[in-house]
Amino acid sequence: MLTVSIYRYNPEADDQPYMQDFEFDAQGRDVMVLDVLEKLKASDPTLVYRRSCREGVCGSDGMNISGKNGLACITPLSQAVKNNKLVIRPLPGMPVIRDLVIDMGQFYAQYEKIQPYLVNNTPAPAIERLQSPEERAKLDGLYECILCACCSTACPSFWWNPDKFIGPSGLLQAYRFLADTRDTSTEERLAKLDDPFSVFRCHGIMNCVQVCPKGLNPTRAIGHIRNMLIRSAT
Amino acid sequence: MKTMSFDAVIVGGGGSGMRAALQLAQSGYKTAVITKVFPTRSHTVSAQGGITCAIASDDPDDQWQWHMYDTIKGSDFIGDQEAIEYMCATGPEAVFELEHMGLPFSRCENGRIYQRPFGGQSKDFGRGGQAARTCAAADRTGHALLHTLYQGNLKNNTVFLNEWFAVDLVKNEDNAVVGVVAIDIETGEEVFVKSKATVFATGGAGRIYASTTNAHICTGDGIGMALRAGFPVQDIEMWQFHPTGIAGAGTLVTEGCRGEGGYLINKSGERFMERYAPNAKDLAGRDVVARSMVLEILEGRGCGENGDHVYLKLDHLGEETLNAKLPGILELSRTFAHADPVVEPIPVVPTCHYMMGGIPTNVNGQAITIDSEGNDQVIAGFYACGEAACVSVHGANRLGGNSLLDLVVFGRASGMFIEKTLREGVDLRDPRESDIAAAMHGLNRLNSSTGGEQASVLRAELQTIMQNYFGVFRRGDYMKDGIAKLNALKHRIDNVALDDKTNAFNTARIEVLELHNLYAVAEATAVSAEARTESRGAHAREDFQERDDVNWLCHSVFYPDDKRVGKRDVNFTLKTREPFAPAIRTY
Repeated sequence: MLTVSIYRYNPEADDQPYMQDFEFDAQGRDVMVLDVLEKLKASDPTLVYRRSCREGVCGSDGMNISGKNGLACITPLSQAVKNNKLVIRPLPGMPVIRDLVIDMGQFYAQYEKIQPYLVNNTPAPAIERLQSPEERAKLDGLYECILCACCSTACPSFWWNPDKFIGPSGLLQAYRFLADTRDTSTEERLAKLDDPFSVFRCHGIMNCVQVCPKGLNPTRAIGHIRNMLIRSAT
Repeated sequence: MKTMSFDAVIVGGGGSGMRAALQLAQSGYKTAVITKVFPTRSHTVSAQGGITCAIASDDPDDQWQWHMYDTIKGSDFIGDQEAIEYMCATGPEAVFELEHMGLPFSRCENGRIYQRPFGGQSKDFGRGGQAARTCAAADRTGHALLHTLYQGNLKNNTVFLNEWFAVDLVKNEDNAVVGVVAIDIETGEEVFVKSKATVFATGGAGRIYASTTNAHICTGDGIGMALRAGFPVQDIEMWQFHPTGIAGAGTLVTEGCRGEGGYLINKSGERFMERYAPNAKDLAGRDVVARSMVLEILEGRGCGENGDHVYLKLDHLGEETLNAKLPGILELSRTFAHADPVVEPIPVVPTCHYMMGGIPTNVNGQAITIDSEGNDQVIAGFYACGEAACVSVHGANRLGGNSLLDLVVFGRASGMFIEKTLREGVDLRDPRESDIAAAMHGLNRLNSSTGGEQASVLRAELQTIMQNYFGVFRRGDYMKDGIAKLNALKHRIDNVALDDKTNAFNTARIEVLELHNLYAVAEATAVSAEARTESRGAHAREDFQERDDVNWLCHSVFYPDDKRVGKRDVNFTLKTREPFAPAIRTY
């Protein structure tokens, strides 16, 4: 029997959050953490979390699993159980709505701030805009972000300044558009990021890299943005 | 009750919904998207292989007419030819728009969009061999497309009602649709969202089956709402079983694997598709490949301890190709099959994947019902697009890569038509209080319920019935048993438990509402499948093994009020050439 300890809080019923222990029999199978939650919810429907694709591409079920942010649907018990115990909490540093569901408003606001869409002021051709495979390869490791917020909510700089520091996820996306040869808005994009907080609050702690469930590297992208900002200043 | 008013409301924040929303937001009309998950969590995100479209990149001589031919043949001739012609002809424009919006397509050496071969594709109307017509962003095309559309909507200031759940349609005294009642999931607040145009882009319902590639959220909410409002659904017995779901997990493995040169083998290592489809082999239509796999398994040539799956072999493609073309598949296979495709095959089994049927519409996205004389009647104020709709471009079997094209083309077409309609002026009568109360009836009943069985138990029973009695192969007597079992389940689902009546992010309430929608889709599927006494496309009957063009070269139409199955003519009119006559379908 595995002990699953889950953060519980229902604002209508609870004065304060608490940890609730459940017993779970995995029958020797290395199932995913989401499978455990689904089983527990079948017997206790009041347990609340987000989930959708259950294959690691929609980014719904980011949560803190035994101390590390990750997606419940692609985290097997073998990676998460310590001393026969699984501890599940909401992603840290954000307001909790209920149980494992956090208010993602601030995270999305930072994403919107970087103008996450292609800007190209030249007239569009009748077919696609051409891009060589090498130019396109610059977007690999950037466009795959699923907005799960595992990285930004693992970042001490984001915990301190969630309103002013864009955070690793937003900056990864900022660089995705800076790196795109089809985008003509580089100068405006850099100008919007050129303040003490938006980019430069990153201290290279690299928690983001450690937790990204898609294996992406926001710290490297932030480094590229820093270099571009420094170059554009000289 | 709180009321919000919009020019257009789109229910569903996946590909088709956001494409429709984008069109309307660009036109300046007050547009809202109601979506039960944050838009980029929608199931479009899971589409892998690509979007099929004759953009003439891989082959400069490619023609959209060839794509049209493939799609009509793939549909086993009950796809509406007018709609297929529109989709294939408009496709290139719609795909180029996505590229201009920023979609990070993979590229060829000449800088154009990369295209890969997919099943059922041909050149020169089936005479010129395999085509490569599926535009791809690696094997993450759906993700790239969905994020690009969300970004486009942010740029154009679409109003998003994220994590809101639409409960039921509101109709006025003229039977016109004037909006929906919805729940803001975070607060539990109930709102009447009033609109001059209500678009259902609510996606599929793969969760009626126990084994599906579909996300947890694919519960057929739009179909359930339409049926409860008394509107019919079309061809709902047509469910696609994707040949390659990971055995045990259900996770999708793209057809692009076979497009890139992968193939299926049985326990002797035989490439068995050579026997079933000598020309197209592993790239025959999905229905053909899925049935061949099931036959291999039933005849004792399956793989694994229980002989209950076959293998998809990719290792011969080499690590470099796999990393470049199919990186997401490597990830999924390692995670869910514990198999590394670089060195070993992936265990796969046909898995419920796509709902070809849905709310019947015309090419403008206008939802249709059929009057007592058998004529099509447009339902005022009501539209549908994407998987929830049956326009019908997929008929009895969808070709791979055509779902993304469908949702972009008809999301866009719906948006354009609604824009024109709004400009001309829409005059729908306001609903009476009793009309809104009627839409709130189910929710109010649930909120005052006591006792009952757990939704999770009832849902599992429903899924097992559908899996066992309405799967890849079907038989009349089994299906009658299945229908009886569904009928027995109905009363229990009507009295399902909702012990937790709190309001803040109460997903138990949402799951109960979803269960009602699942049941509505399952029942319509079962009754329609039993009624269609032939084999066509994905609908394969052991007791009626032949296609019957005399009686069934038509759409089925399920009417919810008396649970009757009627027929509707297939559209055989093309603007640009003579229509394609039904022919024997071989690959």
